[in-house]
Amino acid sequence: MNCIIIDDEETARIIIQQLCSQVDKLNVIQDFPNAIQAIKFLNKEKVDLIFLDIHMPDFTGFDFIDTLKNPPKIILTTSDKKFALEAFEYDCIVDYLVKPITLPRFIKAIQKAESATVLAKVETKTEPSLNSSSEENELYINIDRRLIKINIPTINVIEAKGDYILIKTEKQNYTVHSTLKKIEEKLPDDLFLKVHRSYIINIKKIIDIEDNSVLIAKDVIPVSRSNRPELMKRLNML
Amino acid sequence: MTETPNISYIKELASGSDTFEEKLIGIVKREFPEEKNEFLNNYTTKEYDKAAENVHKLKHKIGMFGFEKGYQTAIDFEEGLKNNDSSLYSKFVLILESIEQFLNTI
Repeated sequence: MNCIIIDDEETARIIIQQLCSQVDKLNVIQDFPNAIQAIKFLNKEKVDLIFLDIHMPDFTGFDFIDTLKNPPKIILTTSDKKFALEAFEYDCIVDYLVKPITLPRFIKAIQKAESATVLAKVETKTEPSLNSSSEENELYINIDRRLIKINIPTINVIEAKGDYILIKTEKQNYTVHSTLKKIEEKLPDDLFLKVHRSYIINIKKIIDIEDNSVLIAKDVIPVSRSNRPELMKRLNML
Repeated sequence: MTETPNISYIKELASGSDTFEEKLIGIVKREFPEEKNEFLNNYTTKEYDKAAENVHKLKHKIGMFGFEKGYQTAIDFEEGLKNNDSSLYSKFVLILESIEQFLNTI
């Protein structure tokens, strides 16, 4: 795999070069102290993999990714664990390495990059409609650096809890560091409705409605006055 | 402070290559004092956001030299500075001084 390294710290660039030299399949074409130089390079050259520092002055790693039309696989390198959640919002990011990076952890990241490349090739050969329909029903959430798949129609209720959201499904509850707004964007409009500033409900799961609340499973969910008309509109009423 | 710096990580990374070891230590010897001075300048002029960025970068080198509690101190200090809390300054500077002295011996 042809790769480049982007990091404003020379020490970090040398270390990643050394790690790459210990893995047969990797060929470091060039390294860059900032994202701007890398963008110019990528306008002319194609690479398979980028080692990208998130925390750089002026232009962050995420800013850099946003400029790429067809980003290659990216492994983030950082001294900060808190960006992990944001990282999983990008399909091109295959792993997240916290500095100082060790060789065993580095090899694991390369294996993930290889698997992701193989998977991408397989996906391009399969029927797109089949993929999209299954993906529409799936949501991956990040809990303790594990990505857990949730089948969207099994979600009963999502409740805001400060900096976290509590996702209640038919079988299990999950607490995730995210916001109602973020998850709302990932859910199908025809199935989910925000009924209160702290609650999104699956309208297919409503058992009954009483005054300004709905019953879903064993939970009584408040419905705010302003959201009640939209909820009533969505129901198939006699 | 009970932790002392070591080059175990660098040795492991070098896997026997003296050339790489010397090259890396040379770069760190050049970068570290620059980063430390930049941090001290920003800290003394109360540019805490910039100082937090300097701490962020120094954190990598603190980890490289085997500081585990020191690494956590750096994380906490970086967060503190972002909230105008400088209470971990003395503890953090002790770590930097320990590394600086160590770099003079290798």
